[in-house]
Amino acid sequence: MSDLALDRQLVSRADTPSAPAPGYWTSVGQRLLRDKTTMAVTLVLFAILFITLGAPLVTHYDPYAGSVMARLKPIGTPGHWLGTDETGRDLWTRLCYGGRLSLLAAILPVTISLIVGGFLGILAGYAGGWTGTLIMRTMDVFYAFPSILLAIAICGLMGNGLANSIIALAVVFIPPMVRVSETVTTQARHLDFVEAARASGTTTLQIIRHHVLSNVLGPIMVYATSLISVSIILSAGLSFLGLGVTPPQAEWGLMLNSLRQAIYVQPSVAALPGLMIFVTSMCFNLMSDGVRSAMDVRLNK
Amino acid sequence: MSAALRDPRDRGGPAQPLLRVDRLTKHFPVRGGLLNRQVATVQAVDDVSFSVRKGETLGIVGESGCGKSTTARLLMRLIQPDAGEVVFDGDEVGHRQGISVSDMRRQMQMVFQDSYSSLNPRMTMAESIAYAPRMHGLGRREAYERAENLLSRVGLNPLQYARRYPHELSGGQRQRVNIARALALEPRLVILDEAVAALDKSVEAQVLNLLSDLKDSFSLTYLFISHDLNVVEYMSDRVMVMYLGRVVEAGPVESIYRRPRHPYTRALFASKPTLDPDRRTTEMPLTGDPPNPINPPSGCRFRTRCGFAMPVCAASLPPLDVPFEDAADDSHVVACHVPAAQLGHRTGVRHG
Repeated sequence: MSDLALDRQLVSRADTPSAPAPGYWTSVGQRLLRDKTTMAVTLVLFAILFITLGAPLVTHYDPYAGSVMARLKPIGTPGHWLGTDETGRDLWTRLCYGGRLSLLAAILPVTISLIVGGFLGILAGYAGGWTGTLIMRTMDVFYAFPSILLAIAICGLMGNGLANSIIALAVVFIPPMVRVSETVTTQARHLDFVEAARASGTTTLQIIRHHVLSNVLGPIMVYATSLISVSIILSAGLSFLGLGVTPPQAEWGLMLNSLRQAIYVQPSVAALPGLMIFVTSMCFNLMSDGVRSAMDVRLNK
Repeated sequence: MSAALRDPRDRGGPAQPLLRVDRLTKHFPVRGGLLNRQVATVQAVDDVSFSVRKGETLGIVGESGCGKSTTARLLMRLIQPDAGEVVFDGDEVGHRQGISVSDMRRQMQMVFQDSYSSLNPRMTMAESIAYAPRMHGLGRREAYERAENLLSRVGLNPLQYARRYPHELSGGQRQRVNIARALALEPRLVILDEAVAALDKSVEAQVLNLLSDLKDSFSLTYLFISHDLNVVEYMSDRVMVMYLGRVVEAGPVESIYRRPRHPYTRALFASKPTLDPDRRTTEMPLTGDPPNPINPPSGCRFRTRCGFAMPVCAASLPPLDVPFEDAADDSHVVACHVPAAQLGHRTGVRHG
């Protein structure tokens, strides 16, 4: 017993923590708040979300009502501060309303692939064996096609329209999502704490819920966020090619296409939808980078 | 031993071994080729039999890859054995009339070597320790009380450490938490799989003392797996030496350490570092790596590295039940064809 007392002394002298540690997600949040880049891009994303969802609050024009008299006005025109498009519609209004469809067409496929792909990947990673091989080899078939080509092919088969472009992109994103979640699950599953939980008689479902998911969801979510930036570009690309949203609806990719003819008349106006696509995509990318480094516990201090 | 008698879970009394392992075997298939066919087998654990008495510490020693850890995982049923039976206090594990695997796991727990990866990085120390009892139906409050109690039993102040995460603790502290977690289900047998191997020497000594204390106060039985001969000598009552998946020698610790019989055990002990200049190593240490367990040598598996090998060694496998004629204790058994006298004459000077 004296040994134990001595041990206790030694241990408490070796490392005396000052205050109880904050929870994992609390410390992730604190690190995010300290990260200036991530905070900046998050603010930009919130601003974009605000002007798109709250479009009627920031503009009083009708996004579909144009005027022949006011076609292709330059940036800074009184009443149309971002100019007008080829049918005389206010570009600021179009950009605000257009963002709704652009963001929907970008985020929804990623969400679908997150649910489907995440489920399949965790299943493949945890079950392994035949189940895992079957799922992973099926996904490899999809990998044989370049993603944009696959999306175009699916859209071409099913016809154009918003719903079809969302389905096409979801199909494109499921394989990489499965692969990422399979990899992290396989890693987590072979760690000793999963073995220890098995050795203490925990059921498979409990292990997946308490030990695997908590260690796997973070990386999967980070990957999903970075996929959104790809998804914005791909969905805009599909509408640009006329495979997504149909005119006269406002959508950044579609607007880029219809303003294409005006590129010699008003190049700065024609570039604006592209700028929105670029900024949104980059912000999602930077945000996922920030979240990833904030979640890395070993980077702590 | 009297404490073990009072334990209501004790079924057979002190004379009945807590764990009896009979001809335990695990061969891993090696797959390869285009169709993922089985091309070979690794005989990780082959025909291993031993028993662990109530209240004792059985040490298992051997080089890396000799099947020590596989044996531990087989006992916990983390991997399925190919053959052999495991009897826990008179009940065959996994048998219809015996004890179920999950009931066995409540009475048998394991501490792993890697203290970091054996703790969930997203759980606090108290959560990790309380987890298994909670999954077995203990209330939240009681489970956390038990966790805090165990933390102080392993020498960590619960006020300081209960809400810490694994990356905030040192290796020794984490291993103490792992020990506390293994004790959370109130097991009777604890398998310590290289539990102190990754710790530095001063911390190792503290943890070993802690383990001895806990063994007395919880009346535990240990299966102590290590490659460190000094540590095994310090901890164990009996020792079992493994080589390439088979038991080559077993017996009481004094008997084995004083008079090792098997050529492999002798070579192993000859390589043991000592601080006493009068006992400096004179015997040739073992050279080379153990043969590939995919294609183990025929007959005695040690014969390819053994200085005493004879034709009979290649022809047949020596059984383990060969007590030496001059053995003081007939529980000291060895698996070797070469007669004791012959072994003794050649290297007897060192032990004289």
